[in-house]
Amino acid sequence: MLAWLDTIIQGVLLGGLYALYAAGLSLIFGIMRLVNLAHGDLIVLAAFMILALAAALGIDTFAAFVIAVPLMFVVGYGLQRLLLNRTLGTDILPPLLVTFGLSIVIQNGLLEAFSADSQRLSIGGLSGTSVPLGGGIAVGVMPLINLGAAILIIVGLNLLFYRTPVGRAFRATSDDSETAQLMGIDNGRIYAVAMGLALAVCAVAALFLGSRATFDPSVGPARLIYAFEAVIIGGLGSLWGTLVGGIVVGVAQTVGARINPEWQILAGHVAFLIVLIFRPRGLFPRTIE
Amino acid sequence: MSEATSGTAGPRFSIETEGRTWRLWTLAAAAAVLVALPAFVGRSALQDLFFVFTMLALAQYWNLLAGYAGLVSIGQQAFIGLGAYTLFAATLVAGLDPLVAIVIGGVVAAALSVPTALIVFRLRGAYFAVGTWVAAEVFRLVLAQVKQLGGGTGTSLGPQITNAMVGLDWIADTFHARTPVARDIAVYWLALILLIGTLALVYFLLRSRRGLALAAIRDAEPAADSLGVDGFRTKLVVYVATAFGTGMVGALIYLQKARISPDAAFSVLDWTAYVIFIVVIGGIGTMEGPIVGAVVLYFLQDYLATFGTWYLITLGALAAATMLVAPKGLWGLIGERLDWQIFPIRRRLRQR
Repeated sequence: MLAWLDTIIQGVLLGGLYALYAAGLSLIFGIMRLVNLAHGDLIVLAAFMILALAAALGIDTFAAFVIAVPLMFVVGYGLQRLLLNRTLGTDILPPLLVTFGLSIVIQNGLLEAFSADSQRLSIGGLSGTSVPLGGGIAVGVMPLINLGAAILIIVGLNLLFYRTPVGRAFRATSDDSETAQLMGIDNGRIYAVAMGLALAVCAVAALFLGSRATFDPSVGPARLIYAFEAVIIGGLGSLWGTLVGGIVVGVAQTVGARINPEWQILAGHVAFLIVLIFRPRGLFPRTIE
Repeated sequence: MSEATSGTAGPRFSIETEGRTWRLWTLAAAAAVLVALPAFVGRSALQDLFFVFTMLALAQYWNLLAGYAGLVSIGQQAFIGLGAYTLFAATLVAGLDPLVAIVIGGVVAAALSVPTALIVFRLRGAYFAVGTWVAAEVFRLVLAQVKQLGGGTGTSLGPQITNAMVGLDWIADTFHARTPVARDIAVYWLALILLIGTLALVYFLLRSRRGLALAAIRDAEPAADSLGVDGFRTKLVVYVATAFGTGMVGALIYLQKARISPDAAFSVLDWTAYVIFIVVIGGIGTMEGPIVGAVVLYFLQDYLATFGTWYLITLGALAAATMLVAPKGLWGLIGERLDWQIFPIRRRLRQR
């Protein structure tokens, strides 16, 4: 019984990581109805960015992370302004195919620059530290910080959405982009800020991805799929739903792995398909397409 | 409906598609040349053409989905893998002839595409795309658990299976060839048959009422719906037909490779990214575009594949750039300017 409780606790913590993967995707979809197929690869790009900054500047992972967050914001802003804004419209093909192409370019660019070797972000003593909960159950400090970060980011994004002028512009553009433009909002800029924010969140996700396990240039697409599952399970347009969705995928994976280690990933997908069959609009749907 | 045009003195219209007699003869002549080709060219040319034919068939199916039915799938590797694994199961476990196994591969892929469609059709647009990918991953992970087919590491078809194919002895005698050469000729012909079948299927589908329904749904789904076009049913038919064809092509590709693993057979790069590249570069939404795209991919592969990662970076960037700069692809730049089509599927409204 305790072992199962432990499995579920670990699953919830893993869900915190998936929620971080998904928050950016959810944000982007909510504001501009764009599904970024390069999202997972951008997370991996951020992880390599932290790694390279730490090595080049001789600083530790956390200092490199602090530099990487604004840097990823700039990457996102530029990417949206120069490339992705040109794909938006009623036709869904251009954004899908351009981000799919981008995904292949990023994966192979990273492969060229960093080789296929597995990497890990070193976080010193923190990686092994855990907090005992009694009954033989212990939770790692890093996964706890990860879940906390996911909750903080979702609280922060919600505050930004509903309490600030930028957030009002986000919501206005999301509801009716043409009218928003008539009211003096520069949609192109709003979208660029949104993508910048999403990629800054990707940098946070990258810190936990890289310190929890090893990564290499090919792991991006799987991150995209977990993020996507979390968004759909949670319901489109709801950031809290995305957190719940991440936790559902995380718990399904750890429970699956407990039954048979080879079933971990499959169990997450099956949970997603079950939700899709019984609640096709997700658990907490907000937006109507 | 007809009152508006017949009763009054207003303009009268007719819907026309271009004729096909001379085109049919030209295409038949081209097909005859390709059938006779093994008598004149060597093995490596046949292997290259095998690659072009199979990729082109896959591209036609993806184009039918994305360019006509508005179903942008990035999970077509599901049906490649299912067809291929069915071929291995049917030959290795059930001991059937590979020729029969290819057809069964298509049937199994089509059968499994129905429950897949019922789930992924709940997702719209871009989410549908990622949903199809998840479905493909599920099939990959499940087949990696099947120990009789090699589990995660995969398995091979021994020569006792690939060399026992019906008709191989006849080919060997006719062309005075050794068995491996006869095998290359056999799979080349099979690829040609599948390609011609694919082109015929897509062509006649698009010229049929169902093709008109597809175009209507693509251009304005609510309007088509209000005129009584059953969008769900039409899309389902296209999705299942596509899965059937893709499954057979997948089975044939892995009969030629004779070695399978879940990661290779369900590879999104090999079976979807290249296919998307072919369609986008060539020109989406036309039957001619993928032909141009397949030829372009073949030459790029020939000259650049040794550069590995840079080759893929080029392909990805080229596809993205095409979508932005010339969304109708190469065929859009050439064919539309000349107002020329090899496969006349376009309907024109003509005032009488």
